[in-house]
Amino acid sequence: MAILLIAEHDNTALKSATLSTVTAATQIGGDIDLLIVGSGCSAVADSAAKVAGVRKVLVADNAAYDHEIAENVAALIKELAGSYSHILSPATTNGKNFMPRVAALLDVGQISEIISVESADTFKRPIYAGNAIATVQSLDAIKVITVRGTSFDPAATEGGSASVEKLEQVANTGLSRLVSEELAQSDRPELTTAKVIVAGGRGMGDKAHFEMLDKLADKLGAAVGATRAAVDAGFVPNDYQIGQTGKVVAPELYIGVGLSGAIQHLAGMKDSKVIVAINKDEVHRFSKYD
Amino acid sequence: MKVLVTVKRVIDYNVKVRVKPDNTDVDLKNVKMAVNPFCEIAVEEAVRLKEAGKATEVVVVSMGPQNAQEQLRTALAMGADRAILVQSEEALESLTVAKILAKIVEEEQPGLVIMGKQSIDTDNNQTGQMLAALTGMSQGTFISGLEISDSEAQVVREIDGGLQTLAVKLPAVLTVDLRLNEPRYASLPNIMKAKKKTA
Repeated sequence: MAILLIAEHDNTALKSATLSTVTAATQIGGDIDLLIVGSGCSAVADSAAKVAGVRKVLVADNAAYDHEIAENVAALIKELAGSYSHILSPATTNGKNFMPRVAALLDVGQISEIISVESADTFKRPIYAGNAIATVQSLDAIKVITVRGTSFDPAATEGGSASVEKLEQVANTGLSRLVSEELAQSDRPELTTAKVIVAGGRGMGDKAHFEMLDKLADKLGAAVGATRAAVDAGFVPNDYQIGQTGKVVAPELYIGVGLSGAIQHLAGMKDSKVIVAINKDEVHRFSKYD
Repeated sequence: MKVLVTVKRVIDYNVKVRVKPDNTDVDLKNVKMAVNPFCEIAVEEAVRLKEAGKATEVVVVSMGPQNAQEQLRTALAMGADRAILVQSEEALESLTVAKILAKIVEEEQPGLVIMGKQSIDTDNNQTGQMLAALTGMSQGTFISGLEISDSEAQVVREIDGGLQTLAVKLPAVLTVDLRLNEPRYASLPNIMKAKKKTA
């Protein structure tokens, strides 16, 4: 058995979600090869080779893979897939974008956002916004899987000594091109890996009031999150959203302010260790945790 | 340009789901069903394209039991022109759905396919990307903005770090995120008219 793991990275380092996916791969068992795909991403290879448990690091560095355009990345992974029993990726917006395309190109199903490995072919995953957990067995020859990062501890970043191999083949479909990208700049910790999160809902009232949470977060060294309602109201950008269709978080401490705890929001934060809810509105308080 | 839109019948998003006592599935008996919220946004976007003169016909398709007709009628009442129901009593996996859709795409030859990014029951987030792969089309996923030109669609995508704008070649498969639009309520006259449309 061998596993191909598609790394999430920012062209300089691996993202923590990749390390969690390595842990999931270790639980499945077999050799683990890490694929770094992108444009200008070669620098990631050295640190990737040190991750415990990795056999080989494959680097596909080409303009065709800039911003991990799904059509091209999927075509590349399809070329590589033949020698693997499993293909894994973190369930980030990148992974969610190209992995189903990979699965369909290989004529196999995909198992989305697994939260535990039961055996090499059986996994658990949440359905209905996490209100039920499905145990899924894959009968496909190649198992295509995305992994929820918060459900697995990150693998050690030291101790491995993988070989690094550059891939020469280029898959360029010419179907899509990047026009622009607006990434939020912040010195705060990343939402999905933060130890402390301060989240706000519609109850914050407006953008100016929401900024109070920013100040609190800076004092606590916390990340700031939000409910869909707060994002829709324009208090904060979309990448703040926690929930069924936003980010899934599991911090040590979650402080929710002015939010009611709709099931769609709970789906994204209920694995938090300690939950503090602040709401003066009796009708809309965080009812589940009363 | 013909636009194909997919609609899934799911448990209403307000209903608290219960797992069956034998743990085999979620209990769907006597539970309120509705159009998957993401699909509703997809229908709305297609209807707006028609109203703006960019689309000539909006065809909605659903797969599921006979009474998934109700969800197709909702889409027709919102402004879709024609509906196709692929009847199946069994739950279908994403890849199967994508394969059936690929057949429909072959027959209907739409210039654009608009789908929800995920259904709120299985939370898979797969079918659109799979359909794009099977038909060799480009894909624009998780979109919150759309502009159509002659040969391309420019889409704004919601990604982990912020927003990304892509130009994707037409025909394309697009999957919609929550903030693309706010779906309309169907008016009573339109609900009555929808009963006469072909399904």
